[in-house]
Amino acid sequence: MLQIIQPSQAGTVESNDILIILTPVSADKGIHVELTSPVLKKYGRQINNVIQEVLREQGIDAVHVSANDRGALDCTIRARMMTAIDRAAAKEVLG
Amino acid sequence: MKLRRTMMFVPGNNPGMLINAGIYGADTIIFDLEDSVALSEKDAARHLVYNAMKSINYPCEVAVRINHISTPFGYKDLETILAVKPDLIRLPKAETAADIKEIDELITAAEIKHGFLPGSINMMAAIETAKGIRNAYDIAAASPRMVALAIGGEDYLADIQTSRTKDGKEFFAGRGQLILAAKEAGIHAIDTVFGDVNNEEDFIAETTRIKEMGFDGKSVVNPRQINIVHEIYTPTEKEIDHAQRVIAAYEESLARKSGVVSLNGKMIDIPVVKRAQRTLAYANAVGKYKGGETL
Repeated sequence: MLQIIQPSQAGTVESNDILIILTPVSADKGIHVELTSPVLKKYGRQINNVIQEVLREQGIDAVHVSANDRGALDCTIRARMMTAIDRAAAKEVLG
Repeated sequence: MKLRRTMMFVPGNNPGMLINAGIYGADTIIFDLEDSVALSEKDAARHLVYNAMKSINYPCEVAVRINHISTPFGYKDLETILAVKPDLIRLPKAETAADIKEIDELITAAEIKHGFLPGSINMMAAIETAKGIRNAYDIAAASPRMVALAIGGEDYLADIQTSRTKDGKEFFAGRGQLILAAKEAGIHAIDTVFGDVNNEEDFIAETTRIKEMGFDGKSVVNPRQINIVHEIYTPTEKEIDHAQRVIAAYEESLARKSGVVSLNGKMIDIPVVKRAQRTLAYANAVGKYKGGETL
């Protein structure tokens, strides 16, 4: 399991990209995703699912995610999440 | 016949370019983790290229230019990218056979770890210094995975302390030695990029020149350059016609058991026949010739 111990960001607001900002929260706060996207109505749920999936894979259960989408594909969302997590988790591994 | 007429660089941290990289018709696309990526974004580019390769089925050969293993990024690049089985790993700034051998061993370990066919991931090296040029053959022959040598222009010019000229005389020594090394090792020789993408006239002149020198292809930085290179590398109808007539004359002489072959008064010997066979094979590979017909 990884713990988010410091704020981080990854990605850009260029077309086809997504800017992910992670902020640590206390364990009881759980996961909160704040998403903005020009395709929120059509793809909001899908984008949110990808974000939640990456967090689940990494065993992260408490973090605030701010996601500013600019039409990113799933593979880009996954990549930006992985980078943001690497930068925020600082390799702290919990038993 | 494997074609590498165009090897197109795609910056590794640009999602739009990565996603669309396969649509332009380059023979090879090279996802770049090295010079086009800022030091602070090396991790991001690595994740982006990994995820793009995992989810997109590209219609051409896919190479990844890693950072050199002497930098803090090279080993991590290999560990991440080898998991998604690139067709080709491109090592920049290659200077010794030891560089190639070390990466070969890391690739072998990754193929075993991920259950890939042994030997299925190829390598190429870009030579960008005088030392690298001096060791070019050793680099080319250092591993059976090696399929190409490329000359990396700007770094090479900086190393030999000169600059670009219109007719490319600054590259004569480097290009000449690189071609000989690649051909002796039986692998492709790939020329450097031409960065002035709006200067089509000089790009055509340079590409024509390097084709005549014996290069098998050119690195490109913009999709607009792809068709120009492919056109220059496509045998003309006249060349195809001549090749057909050379082979017909040769076969006729074999049937007659004649020791001497000539076409239009010119003697044809085995190297001429081999060149004609290569012209037809090449024309076939680029879709210009099939079953005795020019298309």
